Amino acid sequence: MLRFLPLLWASLRRRSLRSVFTLMSIVVAFLLYGVLEALRFGFFGGVEAAGDNRLMTTHRMSIVRELPGSYLGKVHSIPGIRQVSAQVWFGGWFRDERNQLQVIAADPETLLEVYPEIHLADTEKRAWIADRTGVIVGKNLAGQFGWRVGDQIPLQQSIPYKSDGNTWAVTVRGIYVQDGADNRGMYMQYKYLDETRVWGRGRIGWMVPLLETPTDAARISREIDALFANSPAETKTASEKTWVGDFAKQVGNIGLMLSAVAFAVFFTMLLVAANTMAQSVRERTNEIGVLKTLGFTNGTVTWLVLLESLALTVVGGTLGLALALVLTQAMKPLLNSFVPLFQIPGYAVALGFGLMILLGLVAGALPAARAMRLDVVEALRSG
Amino acid sequence: MASSLSQAQLVTALNLRMLVTRWQSAAVTVVGIAGVMIVLIGVFSIYEGFRTALDLSGSPDVAFILRGGSSDEMQSGLSLEESRVVGDSPEVARAAQGPVLSPEIFVNVDVPSRATGISMMVPMRGVGPQAPNVRAHFRWVAGRMLTPGTNEIVVGRGAAAQFAGLDLGKELKLGSNRWQIVGIFADAGGVAESELWADVTVMQGVFQYGNGFQSIRARLASPAVFGEFKDRLTTDPRVNLRVLTEREYLSFLSRGLRAIIMSAGVAIALLMGVGAIFAALNTMYAAVAARTREIATLRALGFGAFPVVVSVLAEAMLLGVAGAVLGGCIGYLAFNGVQTSTLNMVSFSQVTFAFRVTAELLWWGLIYALALTFIGGVLPAIRAARLPIAGGLREL
Repeated sequence: MLRFLPLLWASLRRRSLRSVFTLMSIVVAFLLYGVLEALRFGFFGGVEAAGDNRLMTTHRMSIVRELPGSYLGKVHSIPGIRQVSAQVWFGGWFRDERNQLQVIAADPETLLEVYPEIHLADTEKRAWIADRTGVIVGKNLAGQFGWRVGDQIPLQQSIPYKSDGNTWAVTVRGIYVQDGADNRGMYMQYKYLDETRVWGRGRIGWMVPLLETPTDAARISREIDALFANSPAETKTASEKTWVGDFAKQVGNIGLMLSAVAFAVFFTMLLVAANTMAQSVRERTNEIGVLKTLGFTNGTVTWLVLLESLALTVVGGTLGLALALVLTQAMKPLLNSFVPLFQIPGYAVALGFGLMILLGLVAGALPAARAMRLDVVEALRSG
Repeated sequence: MASSLSQAQLVTALNLRMLVTRWQSAAVTVVGIAGVMIVLIGVFSIYEGFRTALDLSGSPDVAFILRGGSSDEMQSGLSLEESRVVGDSPEVARAAQGPVLSPEIFVNVDVPSRATGISMMVPMRGVGPQAPNVRAHFRWVAGRMLTPGTNEIVVGRGAAAQFAGLDLGKELKLGSNRWQIVGIFADAGGVAESELWADVTVMQGVFQYGNGFQSIRARLASPAVFGEFKDRLTTDPRVNLRVLTEREYLSFLSRGLRAIIMSAGVAIALLMGVGAIFAALNTMYAAVAARTREIATLRALGFGAFPVVVSVLAEAMLLGVAGAVLGGCIGYLAFNGVQTSTLNMVSFSQVTFAFRVTAELLWWGLIYALALTFIGGVLPAIRAARLPIAGGLREL
């Protein structure tokens, strides 16, 4: 195999400009593929990170409608539920309305029990629990604004919860790392929100029940909803995975659209690569005749053509994917507020390599077949 | 110069007649450009459709009123008194029944999607009897307006198409309430077409709003009086209001999503464009190589370098036009009018809209295709002009 490398190199250099252009168009195709996959993972990747053993209980009408706080105790007493975290969307922004924050108000102890993937140092955890106006901040959000433990930050809020202005002074008590998340969230104490707000007191936004065993999810979901059926605030419960998946689907057929774009790009690139290979083989009719005269078998000649095509797609594709990795890293800060999980997932890289090989084989197939069938006498005469 | 131009015409005509002999490699460029065009149309027709649904449906002579300091409807709250103060303003247009305004409530309700059966967050709006008159392009598709004080609802055309069970005459069950669908309306593709409308006083009871509202839409006597109207309400000590035109508000709602689609669209179009330039470069270099002998012959006969350059560029750009037309037709047939819905991140509810392939979009696509093929043709054209004549004649 290796001894054919110089021959391969020579045929690629035969029309070096053409090889370079073909290579570049393949680089661009895979760059686009990588970015599209990162975008798709950004929209739908949250589904994989969702816990199996957690449920999501919201108001039946919509998540933006609040539930009575008394529901918390009732849900907690259902057998099979280990803990429940009640949460309220706070939102808000920092300094400028464009710096929108994802602040959620929750009780610290139950929150950290229900989400074991939120890692927080023990001292920071104790400090947060002890400070009613304390918050914990995701590592990436803290990095963006340069916040450190102990910093006082003013949060702004357009929901008129308070009688005196819309500024909430909070203190950073901890910086957390949550596995599989964008780490750009912030949690404040539910007590602080509830005691300060002048209306809606005692109400909660939604509940996250933690199950003893994940297999109970469907049965317990039905039990929770039955508990509040025919009340003024009926609930809707689903596993966190289902909920996150359904939420992603609200965005619409974006996955499908991205696949359609990727397909169009691929089809175009396939044509370009196939055409280059066909041209190159057509021009070398004479040379291939010479190779066959020298004793190269039909199989070897076929392989040489296929290898040439594969070399172009694999080298171009690898370069393209590498560029996509660099580009997605660079774009991540810009897209964070819209597409938090913007990154190329491992399976997409693996699939990308598969596609390079497929593209190379398909593009090289026809020219290779032509080279194989080439009659030596005919080929030599055409020179 | 005149002779040089007529030479250019001659050589170009000759070249284009010979194009059929190189059709395979020419087809690659055509398909490549068509691919760029289809993707371009696909992405930007979403942008155009979304823009029609949100930005363009807001009219400049409809005022949109929220509580002072609230950025959107979800966070706003207004009292009956405040709605009376708004109605008393002389700038508001008047009809036989009084001021033309609609005090409204906005909630999200879950209705399953027709296509997937998954519950979607659909906007439901409590409206006053004047609601149709404060929307610029409102018209009935079927049925009639709801009767105030009853559980009748009317449904936007987009919502009726996207969400299950929203058919005229059917009953919709939401939680423990049942609603009778008595009308389907259109608003020229505007955002209202995504909504379900019920009587605002009935909704106040069902959703525990007391006698409060979230927003007021008021038709002004003319767009020119908006400034006076805004000053009057924002300086009135009895009320605390934020006054915008409907157009300003809807444009704010769509800002985030429009920015995403725009930047994604531009990035994809640029990347694909670069890919297409490489394809065009390959094709045109191959074309020049195939014409080596022809070009050398022409040069030997006394034709200048300029006509040769023109003929190569003309060939490239002709392929660009062919690709743009092909891609434009496919893109138009595939995307124009496709009805879909997505999540609006501000109101957390579904917005339905139709993809729109506009003449302007097709025009820009054509210009882009010409620019790409021009860039792809320049280098090969220069090579063609510099071909050594004697060597070229010897070529096979």
